[in-house]
Amino acid sequence: MAMEVTQVLLNAQSIDGTVRKHAEESLKQFQEQNLPSFLLSLSGELANDDKPVDSRKLAGLILKNALDAKEQHRKFELVQRWLSLDANVKTQIKTCLLNTLTSTVADARSTSSQVIAKVAGIELPQKQWPELIVSLLSNVHQLPAHVKQATLETLGYLCEEVSPDVVEQDHVNKILTAVVQGMNASEMNNDVRLAATRALYNALSFAQANFSNDMERDYIMRVVCEATQYAELKIRQAAFECLVSISSTYYEKLAPYMQDIYSITAKAVREDEEPVALQAIEFWSSICDEEIDILEEYGSDFTGNSDIPCFYFIKQALPALVPLLLEILLKQEEDQDQEEGAWNIAMAGGTCLGLVARTVGDDIVPLVIPFIEENIAKPDWRQREAATYAFGSILEGPSPDKLLHIVNVALSFMLSALTKDPNNHVKDTTAWTLGRIFEFLHGSTIGTPIITQANCQQIITVLLQSMKDTPNVAEKACGALYFLAQGYEDVGPSSPLTPFFQEIVQSLLTVTHREDAGESRLRTAAYETLNEVVRSSTDETAPMVLQLVPVIMMELHKTLEGQKLSSDEREKQGELQGLLCGCLQVIIQKLGSSEPTKYVFMQYADQIMGLFLRVFACRSATVHEEAMLAIGALAYAAGLDFAKYMPDFYKYLEMGLQNFEEYQVCAVTVGVVGDICRALEEKILPYCDGIMTQLLKDLSSNQLHRSVKPPIFSCFGDIALAIGENFEKYLMYAMPMLQSAADLSAHTANVDDDMTEYTNSLRNGILEAYSGIFQGFKNSPKTQLLIPYAPHILQFLDSMYMEKDMDELVMKTAIGLLGDLADTLGSNAGSLIQQSLTSKDFLNECLSSKDHMIKESAEWARLAINKAISV
Amino acid sequence: MAPHDLRRPFKRPAISDQQRRRELSLQRQSQNRRDAQQQARCLASSVLSLQSQYPDPVPELEIEPESQPQQEAGPLTKDLDIRQASKLRGPEVRKWFASQLMLPEWMIDVPDRLSHDWYVFARPAGKRCMVVSSNGTTVSRERNGSILHHFPSALPSGARTKDPSGSAQSYCILDCIFHELDQTYYVIDMVCWRGYSLYDCTAEFRFFWLNSKLAETGACDAPSHYHKFRFSTVPVYDCDQRGLYSAYIESVPYAKDGLLFYNKHAHYQTGNTPLALVWKDEKCSQYVIDTDSKGQVLSQQQVVLELQEDGKLSTSDDPPVIFGCLDGEFIQKSGLQSGSLLKFAIGNGGLSFVDGKLEKSDLNYLGKSNRARMFADSYSKTDFGFMSPAEMLRESICPCELYVSICLDKVIFQYMVRHTPLKFDDLLASVSPSDDEENKPCDVEMVD
Repeated sequence: MAMEVTQVLLNAQSIDGTVRKHAEESLKQFQEQNLPSFLLSLSGELANDDKPVDSRKLAGLILKNALDAKEQHRKFELVQRWLSLDANVKTQIKTCLLNTLTSTVADARSTSSQVIAKVAGIELPQKQWPELIVSLLSNVHQLPAHVKQATLETLGYLCEEVSPDVVEQDHVNKILTAVVQGMNASEMNNDVRLAATRALYNALSFAQANFSNDMERDYIMRVVCEATQYAELKIRQAAFECLVSISSTYYEKLAPYMQDIYSITAKAVREDEEPVALQAIEFWSSICDEEIDILEEYGSDFTGNSDIPCFYFIKQALPALVPLLLEILLKQEEDQDQEEGAWNIAMAGGTCLGLVARTVGDDIVPLVIPFIEENIAKPDWRQREAATYAFGSILEGPSPDKLLHIVNVALSFMLSALTKDPNNHVKDTTAWTLGRIFEFLHGSTIGTPIITQANCQQIITVLLQSMKDTPNVAEKACGALYFLAQGYEDVGPSSPLTPFFQEIVQSLLTVTHREDAGESRLRTAAYETLNEVVRSSTDETAPMVLQLVPVIMMELHKTLEGQKLSSDEREKQGELQGLLCGCLQVIIQKLGSSEPTKYVFMQYADQIMGLFLRVFACRSATVHEEAMLAIGALAYAAGLDFAKYMPDFYKYLEMGLQNFEEYQVCAVTVGVVGDICRALEEKILPYCDGIMTQLLKDLSSNQLHRSVKPPIFSCFGDIALAIGENFEKYLMYAMPMLQSAADLSAHTANVDDDMTEYTNSLRNGILEAYSGIFQGFKNSPKTQLLIPYAPHILQFLDSMYMEKDMDELVMKTAIGLLGDLADTLGSNAGSLIQQSLTSKDFLNECLSSKDHMIKESAEWARLAINKAISV
Repeated sequence: MAPHDLRRPFKRPAISDQQRRRELSLQRQSQNRRDAQQQARCLASSVLSLQSQYPDPVPELEIEPESQPQQEAGPLTKDLDIRQASKLRGPEVRKWFASQLMLPEWMIDVPDRLSHDWYVFARPAGKRCMVVSSNGTTVSRERNGSILHHFPSALPSGARTKDPSGSAQSYCILDCIFHELDQTYYVIDMVCWRGYSLYDCTAEFRFFWLNSKLAETGACDAPSHYHKFRFSTVPVYDCDQRGLYSAYIESVPYAKDGLLFYNKHAHYQTGNTPLALVWKDEKCSQYVIDTDSKGQVLSQQQVVLELQEDGKLSTSDDPPVIFGCLDGEFIQKSGLQSGSLLKFAIGNGGLSFVDGKLEKSDLNYLGKSNRARMFADSYSKTDFGFMSPAEMLRESICPCELYVSICLDKVIFQYMVRHTPLKFDDLLASVSPSDDEENKPCDVEMVD
């Protein structure tokens, strides 16, 4: 049955394009004509030690891709396809795969390990291939080193692929035993030790039971700590990775080991090579993450039983940890600020220091201030930069009171450094630090303002000046201005920025035109800052924001002029259009929020809409989304007048709703449909058939990201509210979908926070849909059409109430729906409503809620119910 | 199993502005959705509470309002609601607005003391609407509640200009007719001015206030950037001979559609009231006799009546007036159900009245009324006569026929137009000076 595929596989890797293409074609054909034979041939190729390594590797890779895909729905198809294959074929393939593990060719073994893990990922949850783990582990001690290494690697991949609950504890114990023995000092082969250490990393999540057992945990921890000291760098790195993973998975079990771990990590940070040192720092960052999460939960006074207590490891380590981190801040690289994606020990140390500050708050300040004071004015740029970076890092976490004094002292020093320091790196960090000052210590919540009438002029002058500096510094200066403006977002009718508004806007526009604005994300930063300046502007500067409209429109117009662009130019054009549409969106939202500016703005509406339509015609995904968002804002501002754009705009709306792949675009478009419904009301009716068809398709698609589905339900409500009883013809499609989604969301086991959050957002969407439909049908003679759905809806409300896992928003929407149902159906539903739990216990609970939104909705429900049952 | 990437964000704000734009959009959208739903509920609950608080206002109460102190809260609540509701959207809002205008009855009889207690003016032809200015914008709602225009105007708080007097409280509600030809809002009544409610004021005061205040604002000036439509008052006359004659004959800048009579002492009352009357003939209106959808005068007068459970046929008056009865066999054979709207022609036997009450009618069944217009249908059950008769006349010549079961005064007026019209001369005669000698106390005889 198997075929000779070696040559085709080699050709598929040829440098000659035509040969390659031809080979790929034949492989595709073979796969389509006879899948079992194709897969058998590949596994045979992979297992055959006589074949060239390149054809074996590719055979394994194609096998792997035949079992798994990134896309959810594709993955599902492949799983089904594998499961439905003939059992004999599968057994033969699996035998080949296991045999390959004994091959002397390392690449073949490694490839096979990965394929075995994929097959296990499909079969173990189905209770198939039960003998796999046992057969891998039998005689593991007596195996030759290279086979042992391959076996451990396979176990590692397997643990990565399979969820812990499908592997029985007995097998887990066997895996861990094999892995830990492989890591042990008694194992002489470095390849085996490395494979074992990496396997442990993946197996840690299987070890819940073992970590609860003191003896077993002690043993595992001892082996891991020992492995951090091995001669082989890769093993030390992998061992620290295990420690990082343990720090988050088993935080509450760490107390007995922290002293030792501190010593190990401190030594690694100071003495070891960078890859190891970075992991050692990461251990502390990870502990910070854990404690920040726990303390946040404490703060939100939510104390469930499963809560992990805070052990305050960071607070205890503080006196030793902070000096360690400050020390490594001095290990900067020369050009790290200009280099995209750079990551080194100084950066990791500064980031960790910031996390420590967020974890312990005020306590860090006295430990860092002396370092800043000592180094900030030193001749060596490394010292000045490290001091500034340390200062910037601790601005989030400690209370403003603790920081205000030093910030006030430092501010003028920073401003002068930003203009005068000869070192680019120092200026970069200084501008960043100013941004952090404005982000965390400036705004209406801070008692004593650090920006005053006395220094405001100077601050702005310095920032605008810095925008002419090198791109990396200019970008940080834009960022600082962003947060400066943000602090004035709720300043009231008069903003301290008003006198500088014109100058700021002009400087930002100048930055966007810099030749080098493409570097260091500078152009993006300038437009984003412009957005924030517009958002935080007040009525005083509305005329200037209005003047900005034609300017940005002209910029957008210019992007549409280029023709026959290369793909690189096209990408740049798309990016720029995205920024400009984003900017227009912010402006429209700003001007549209008050009547007088809206009227004046609307004179541009026709032209702006024309530009957006031309941007759509260029078809670039990111632009599509930004233009779509902007159009939503325009529809909101234009109201009924938006109707005239619908004939031209509709096809793009439909395209957006069809964009399964880029679900953000689809989600944004769904939101825009809502905007248009509210703007056009019943005038949206002619487009509703098309829109509803798309939305229903979206809901039925298993390709579309699930996060888009709740907003689609809400959108049903928007449409129904707009077109009223005309929604009648969609009831037969929409209602069954709502019902089955309701059933699903009522009976979902909420295994984790993500699932709970999703379930609640789904419920909210369903409830909003029902509310819109009931409100839309009110006072219509067709109200009776809704009566048959009432029992199911009331059951849904009851079942949610009994589950007791609604969040506040869902409670509010749910009780509001009860009111809408009673209001619309009136006496027709009186007795049904009275029988429901929702109308009694749930309503009473909501009436006495502390949340005023819930209470308000409940009052409404009570009024409507009283009316319904009194008739 | 390569080492895992452990880079963390460095010197970057945690959130990008693009993400922020998305989130702000989502926030705005869900806020708008919540507002739309919440407003629909608020409105519904205020309508619910208004309904229960003020059931069936009795016209007589309007004559001596000072004796009814408990009513005073009503209008105040009401104009607050109108102001808040003016910018709302949605079917419920439209329906609610439909019931906010004061609607005249048809003049079948000449009321006593016409010359003493009544005003008369020529009704502009056009769309009756309620205009609300507040918070820097102006919204006009047609009598079916849908928005006609949303525009800036020189009315107090009607546009965002640097108007020193324009505080947030300074809203206005005007009862207008929008005249297409010259794009002008003719103000026929003033309901609320600069936050001051006129519901409880007599027509005399309302018209005085309207004439002295409207022009002050510049609302009567030609349109400009902050003032999209011109407003205008209409000449209102005392209903003596000269006044009546002027209203009837004198040329006005607008096309006339009949004469409106307002009782000077009546308050502004929503819905149908006999304290405002409409009268027309061919000379002062294009629309007197009912026409079919092509504008042809119908050979026979038609009425739409609601079939009751006992087979009786009633008008939509409250209480309903019984026009006749169908026998059970006919009902069964035709498969008619109670509540159906049925169309009849008035046959040669005509209608007979005794003391203003219908005694006999000769009805010929034409068929079921066109039920395609469910919208009107829904009102026929709850808000009888929400349309003014003049509006109905206009509706009946427009291509989409709108049938609601009909009010008695309209039937009679139409009947009289065909048989014994109330002529202008009759009106003139009723206000002849000799009539003035009686000096009755200030009350008004009802038409029913």
